[in-house]
Amino acid sequence: MELFFQQVFNGVMLGSTYAIVALGLTMVYGILHVPNFAHGHMYMLGAYVCFFLITIFGFAYWPAVAASAIVLALAGVVLEFLVYKPLRNAPGLNPFIAALGALIVLENAVVVLWGPEGHRIPNPYPGIIDAFGITMSTQRLLVIGVAFTMIILLQLFIKKTTLGSTIEAVAQNKEGATLVGINVNRVSAMTFAISTGLAAIAACMVAPIFMISPSMGTMVGTKAFVIVILGGMGSIPGAIIGGIILGLIEAIGGGYFSAAYKDVFGFGALVLILAIKPTGLFGKEIKGR
Amino acid sequence: MMKWLKANWFYLIVLVIALVVPFAITNRYYSQVITMSCLFAIGALSLNLIMGYTGQASLAHGGFFAIGAYGVAILTSTLGWNFWLALPAAAMISAFVGFLVGMPALRTRGAYFAITTMCLGEIFYLVAGNWIELTGGYNGIVGIPVPSSIVVPGLGQITFDSQISQYYLVLFFLLLTLFVMHRLVKSLKGLTFMSIRNNEDLAEAVGINTFRTKLLSFVVANFFAALAGGLYASLIGSISPSVASIAMTFNFLMYALLGGIATLAGPIVGAFVMPILMEYMQFLQDYQMILFGVLLIIVIIYFPRGFMGLFTTLRDKLKKTKVGA
Repeated sequence: MELFFQQVFNGVMLGSTYAIVALGLTMVYGILHVPNFAHGHMYMLGAYVCFFLITIFGFAYWPAVAASAIVLALAGVVLEFLVYKPLRNAPGLNPFIAALGALIVLENAVVVLWGPEGHRIPNPYPGIIDAFGITMSTQRLLVIGVAFTMIILLQLFIKKTTLGSTIEAVAQNKEGATLVGINVNRVSAMTFAISTGLAAIAACMVAPIFMISPSMGTMVGTKAFVIVILGGMGSIPGAIIGGIILGLIEAIGGGYFSAAYKDVFGFGALVLILAIKPTGLFGKEIKGR
Repeated sequence: MMKWLKANWFYLIVLVIALVVPFAITNRYYSQVITMSCLFAIGALSLNLIMGYTGQASLAHGGFFAIGAYGVAILTSTLGWNFWLALPAAAMISAFVGFLVGMPALRTRGAYFAITTMCLGEIFYLVAGNWIELTGGYNGIVGIPVPSSIVVPGLGQITFDSQISQYYLVLFFLLLTLFVMHRLVKSLKGLTFMSIRNNEDLAEAVGINTFRTKLLSFVVANFFAALAGGLYASLIGSISPSVASIAMTFNFLMYALLGGIATLAGPIVGAFVMPILMEYMQFLQDYQMILFGVLLIIVIIYFPRGFMGLFTTLRDKLKKTKVGA
């Protein structure tokens, strides 16, 4: 039973970071109807920015996390402007093929600049807490805390502020939002900034626990997509619940069956769910684009 | 006959060039590059069927290429089968796996399908890396024999040890793939593929069973992807899970896209032009892939129909000026 609770704890920890990565992705999809395949790579870039701020410029941990989030928010705006904006009215598959191009550029830029080898951010909170037979490192508890704080802040921003509600307005009806005087371009840029900024925060939080490497982006990006589909594209609660579910499937599958195949369980669950419900757990009917 | 010649003289010239090219190129390295281009053209053509003509972006294509590669590798080197038995067997396995996973995956549409197949590709990659007893894990399989020789009664036997014979072998399969694709795309079935790409709801409304049509396209595409994979394993002699990686899918995607998607010539042009372009960009070393990505973005924004699109636009313009004069 202790093993079970330990795995549940690990699952929630993993799941809460997945949830904030997926949240950014689902928001971008809601606004632009573009599957941003480069999202995982922005996450990877966020971890690298944090790593170099700490090791080269001697930043403390929290300022480095904040700086990394700001840098990545700007990078998100640039990505939207250069890659997605010219393709806003392009048919079907074109935007995501452009996203694949962006992903190749990002991954190889990091390889060229900082090498293909893995790095580890020094753990700022190496302490361990033992409670009810579960071992919890302070950093892991912090990950969960920060993730949920981010989720709540984002919800407050979208629901309670005028600026935030423009995001929801554009997602619901682009023409209608334009008619009431919302600048769709600005909302798109803002959504991208929030989305990649959140990804950077998630990356910085887990970087002291796992290794960072240029190839980690593909895996995280794919998982974020799994979650977004599990929860239904464009659905924010769906992304949060989907994230936790995927984290639990991976931790329990990895803990009880085989660690090498833990990713297979997650992806397999997706294929299975789509076989039963092709639009995801909370998804509405979508038009084939 | 004359009329046929007049309409197809260009393709005939290309065929003749393709047949004599190994005698013109004596550099071992370049002839290897050309053989590989033919091989990747098969993969790109098959991706083109499901993605270009049917409009379903399958990102598991590298995975099916890998099923062919691993299939031939295991059947020939571990089980000692004859290559000519192993190759169709591996392709059939891939088609069957495609059928099995296509059943759930093709129920999804658009971006959902792309992501589902991307996950499937990732599963294939992980299985190839972790099922050590069967696939040799991340070390892969080495010492895969070259294709077995064929005995032609009265003429002796054809062996596939030399580079020239390997080139002709791959060229034969490229022509076979091209022939099948041509027949398929120009048939009524091909029209139903394209109707699904253009508007799936409308296609369904006029009585096309869109699910079965998509499944057929997916299975055929995966059959030929595995054919390319099987040839690859046998000619290279060793494989590792990297053949199943998403990078392999991106290669096919790039060839099909830059050459011109939804044309028969496009993927082949892409598979030849891109590696040659990469050769010339060797001096860029690590920056090569960055340039590659940038090129992909520029092409999709400004020339979404690729090289063949550019070509037909130019030809149409020339024709118009001729008519005008």
